[in-house]
Amino acid sequence: MGPLYPEHLNPEYNLLIGFLIGIGFGFVLEASGFTNTRKLAGVFYGYDATVIKVFFTAAVTAMIGLFLMHQWGWIDIYKTFYPKTFWIPTLIGGAIMGLGFVIGGFCPGTSLSAASTGKIDAWYFIAGVFIGIFGFIFTYDFLWKNLRASGAMGKVNFPQWLGIKEGLWIFLFTVMAIASYVIYDKWVNWWKTNRLAQEDIDDLGL
Amino acid sequence: MKEQAKRNRYINPYLGGFILGILIIAAYYFSSEGLGSSGGFRDVSIAILDKVAPHYTESNTYISARVEEGAHTWLTFELLGVIFGAIISAVLFGRLKWSVGKAPHITKKKRLYLALTGGILWGIGTQLGRGCTSGLVLSGMALNSLSGYFGLISIFGFGFLFAFLFKKLWIQSKNKKA
Repeated sequence: MGPLYPEHLNPEYNLLIGFLIGIGFGFVLEASGFTNTRKLAGVFYGYDATVIKVFFTAAVTAMIGLFLMHQWGWIDIYKTFYPKTFWIPTLIGGAIMGLGFVIGGFCPGTSLSAASTGKIDAWYFIAGVFIGIFGFIFTYDFLWKNLRASGAMGKVNFPQWLGIKEGLWIFLFTVMAIASYVIYDKWVNWWKTNRLAQEDIDDLGL
Repeated sequence: MKEQAKRNRYINPYLGGFILGILIIAAYYFSSEGLGSSGGFRDVSIAILDKVAPHYTESNTYISARVEEGAHTWLTFELLGVIFGAIISAVLFGRLKWSVGKAPHITKKKRLYLALTGGILWGIGTQLGRGCTSGLVLSGMALNSLSGYFGLISIFGFGFLFAFLFKKLWIQSKNKKA
């Protein structure tokens, strides 16, 4: 029964698996267009539907898969690094990341893929990420320590927290995901036919 | 124009999402890890800092527990894979070349400063919020962890809010002159 590491998998193989999964991750990001900063920013303006489709399809796939595997006894998801929820720092940190997304046009994973394939702006973004992390480390004790530990809720399952069955939640989430695809397709079409300069359409390949 | 059309060829987004979902399942099944990015950046940062100032890293309460492992972590090896995977795909699709990604009306210099600024914000935000779009949000949601949904609402909610202020960075209206 999963997870295989640490009980049934030695550390070296585990790292190798991390490397292989990473290859798949980088490939999918590049092949889906996630190294194109304008396609990423498009999620916030509605002129590109790639991010929403890839992101929610991945979430739905993983959610359904892990839910069924847990039900069937193939994996105990609570034995994995099931994240603890600290709602206050996650909300504040998320706001900082949201601002960084709109200004910088990447997130860490996409910036690494983009930098690997020659996007110079992504190199600057990554330099920024390191500066930010170092800054956080240096100022941790007097600036972030208390905030980061605040709002601790432990390991919380969202459907359980809502008081509904997990299967029902996954169904509802899937419906919402599909609705978002339809809405984004209409939104992209609106941009294309009414608002977007031809130069932008060509650049984005819409 | 034809060149550009070729460079803009991508795989079906639903297929991309499906594969990504399978990779998340695999990461949890084999390694009990979420598919993350910022964690690897943190581990590399710690390793660099430990080379430069080993006494400091041992006394810093945020990172001291992680110093021994340094960059020898699952997340770092995963990021190493990301580099290879992205290059393989870019070669296959003919996209491997030096360029600055930006809207046509933005100067290169401006874009680079903005990218640097955005990166700094992410560096801070990921450490405070315990992960980024992949580790905190996507991998969190895969387990239906509350943290993932807080991350989703926060990153994208505030993203939409801030997007109004920075619209000119990404698109120009058809009616206005470029």
